[in-house]
Amino acid sequence: MDRRRVVITGIGVVAPDSPDVPTFLANLKEGNSGIHFCPEMAEAGFDCQVCGRGEQNINLADPILKYHELHLANDFIQLASTAALEAWYDAGLQVPNPDAEIDYRTGVVIGGIAPGIDTVAKKIVPMVKGKKVRRLGSLIIPNIMPSGASAYLSSIFAAGAYSVSLNSACSTGLDSILNGAVSIWFGWADRMIVGASESHSVHNLAGFDAMRLMNKHWNHEPAAASRPMSQQANGFVPGSGAGVLVLESLELAQARGAKIYGEIVSSFVNCGAQRQGGSMTFPNKEAVIKAIEQTLDYTSYTVDDIDYINGHLSATIADELEIANWQHVLRDRVKPFPYINSTKSLIGHCLGAAGALETIAMVLQLKHNFIHASRNAENLNPAIEGLIGRAAVPTQRIDTDEPKLAMKASFGFGDVNSVLMYKKWA
Amino acid sequence: MDKENIYQEVVTILKKYTRTNTVWETASASSSILSDLKINSARLVDIMLDLEDTFDVEIDDETMDGIITIQDAVDAIDKLKV
Repeated sequence: MDRRRVVITGIGVVAPDSPDVPTFLANLKEGNSGIHFCPEMAEAGFDCQVCGRGEQNINLADPILKYHELHLANDFIQLASTAALEAWYDAGLQVPNPDAEIDYRTGVVIGGIAPGIDTVAKKIVPMVKGKKVRRLGSLIIPNIMPSGASAYLSSIFAAGAYSVSLNSACSTGLDSILNGAVSIWFGWADRMIVGASESHSVHNLAGFDAMRLMNKHWNHEPAAASRPMSQQANGFVPGSGAGVLVLESLELAQARGAKIYGEIVSSFVNCGAQRQGGSMTFPNKEAVIKAIEQTLDYTSYTVDDIDYINGHLSATIADELEIANWQHVLRDRVKPFPYINSTKSLIGHCLGAAGALETIAMVLQLKHNFIHASRNAENLNPAIEGLIGRAAVPTQRIDTDEPKLAMKASFGFGDVNSVLMYKKWA
Repeated sequence: MDKENIYQEVVTILKKYTRTNTVWETASASSSILSDLKINSARLVDIMLDLEDTFDVEIDDETMDGIITIQDAVDAIDKLKV
C-alpha cells in the first residue's frame, strides 16, 4: 500500500536540565548529565535517590493560555503544553485566537504512563477518605484522565482532527509519534501534534523502586548513575519531562514552505505476548527482531544503509539482549556496526516521555551533525563489546555529517515493541 | 469585614477563573458570573470552594443556585458571615 509521506517540521522539549530545545541540544553535544540527588525520593526511603527533572517553564499569564485555563492544569498537562508550544512555533505556526476556526485536519496524540497519579494520591484519596468529596471541585477529572493533555492541546491549537491519549508503558512516547504518523498515512489528518509527557511523581516511581529496577549503587555520584551498556549498569535512573513533535504530510509541509527536519520513513509496532522468554517485564526477542526487521522490510533500504541507532537502552539487564537483537538483524551487514547510544545516559529514563524525547535527540543529532556520547559507557559490558565492538558506542561526541538514516526503538512492560526509521531531509 | 472588602475578595477569586481580562473592563456588581464574565459553568463549584475557604463559611447548594451576579455572591457571603 502506498502511504502518504510524513515529515517532522517542529520539535519541543522539556528534559532534565533542559527547559527547551536549544539547551537540550547544548547538553546533548556536551554530554552533560541532567541527573541529580532527589531529596523527595531519599525522604521516602527509595533505594534510588537520584533522578532527572524536567520543569515546565510556560508563561501561565499569557492571555491565550489563560483563556484555555492552563493555569488550572496539572504538571503532566503543563509539561506537554510547554513542549507543544515550542514545537508549534518551531514549525513556523501561530497559536490561533480562541475564536479562530477549527482546523479539522490537525490532531493530537499525547501519551503518558501515569498522568494524574499525584492528583489521585494527594487529592482524591485523602478527600474521599475524609468524606469531603464535594470539595474535590471541577478539575479532578481533566487532571486524571490520560487524555487530559490531548484535550488541552486540541483546545489551544483549535485542532479538530483525532485527539487521543495512548499508553503502552515505556513505548508510550514512540507509539504516540507512530500513531500520529499513521493518522496522516491513512488520511485522518494532515498535521499531528504528537509525543508524551511524564511528570515527576514519587507515587509513580515507587513501584519501579519496589521492583528493584532502578539504580541503587550510584546515589553518591548522580551524573554517573545512569549507565546504559556499562559493566556496572545497575538499573535505570528515572527522569521526567515532555517531548512533542509536529508531524505533517509532505504535501502540506512543502505547500507552506515549512522547514523539514526529516521523514518518518517506516515503523513497526508489535508485542511478544509474554511468550518465548518474554514476560510482563522482559522482552520476547523473536518479537523484537520481527519489529526491527519489518520496519526495514517496508523500505528499500538494506542493513548497510543504517547509520545510527538510538536504543531503548535503559541500564537494566535487558540492554545486552537489546544489543543482541539489533546485531541479529544487522548480522549480514558489511560495514561495521552503526553508532548506537543511549540518550537515557544523559537524562535518565523519562518513562512515557522517553521515546518522544529520544526521537527528538535523534533528530537533533542528525540535523547538527554529531552523535552524542553515551555517558558512563567507558566500562562497556564485555558481552555488548563482543557483539558489536567498542567503536559502535561513542563515549565522546563524534562530529560527523555522514549519518542520514537512523532507527529508534522503545520497548515496554507488556512485552511491547516500537521501532521507527527516520531519514534526515537532504 | 464590610461589603466593600468582601466585594474585592470575590473579584480576586473570580479573576482566577475568567478566561480574558477584557470582561473586567465593563464589569460591575450586577455582572452575571456566567453570561457577562463568561466563566466556564463547570468552574462555579471551584468558585464556591474558594469562597468557602476565603471567608470560612459553608455554602449549600441552594445558596449556590441563587448566586448569579457578583453582588449575589457578596450578599450571600455577608449573610453567612453574620
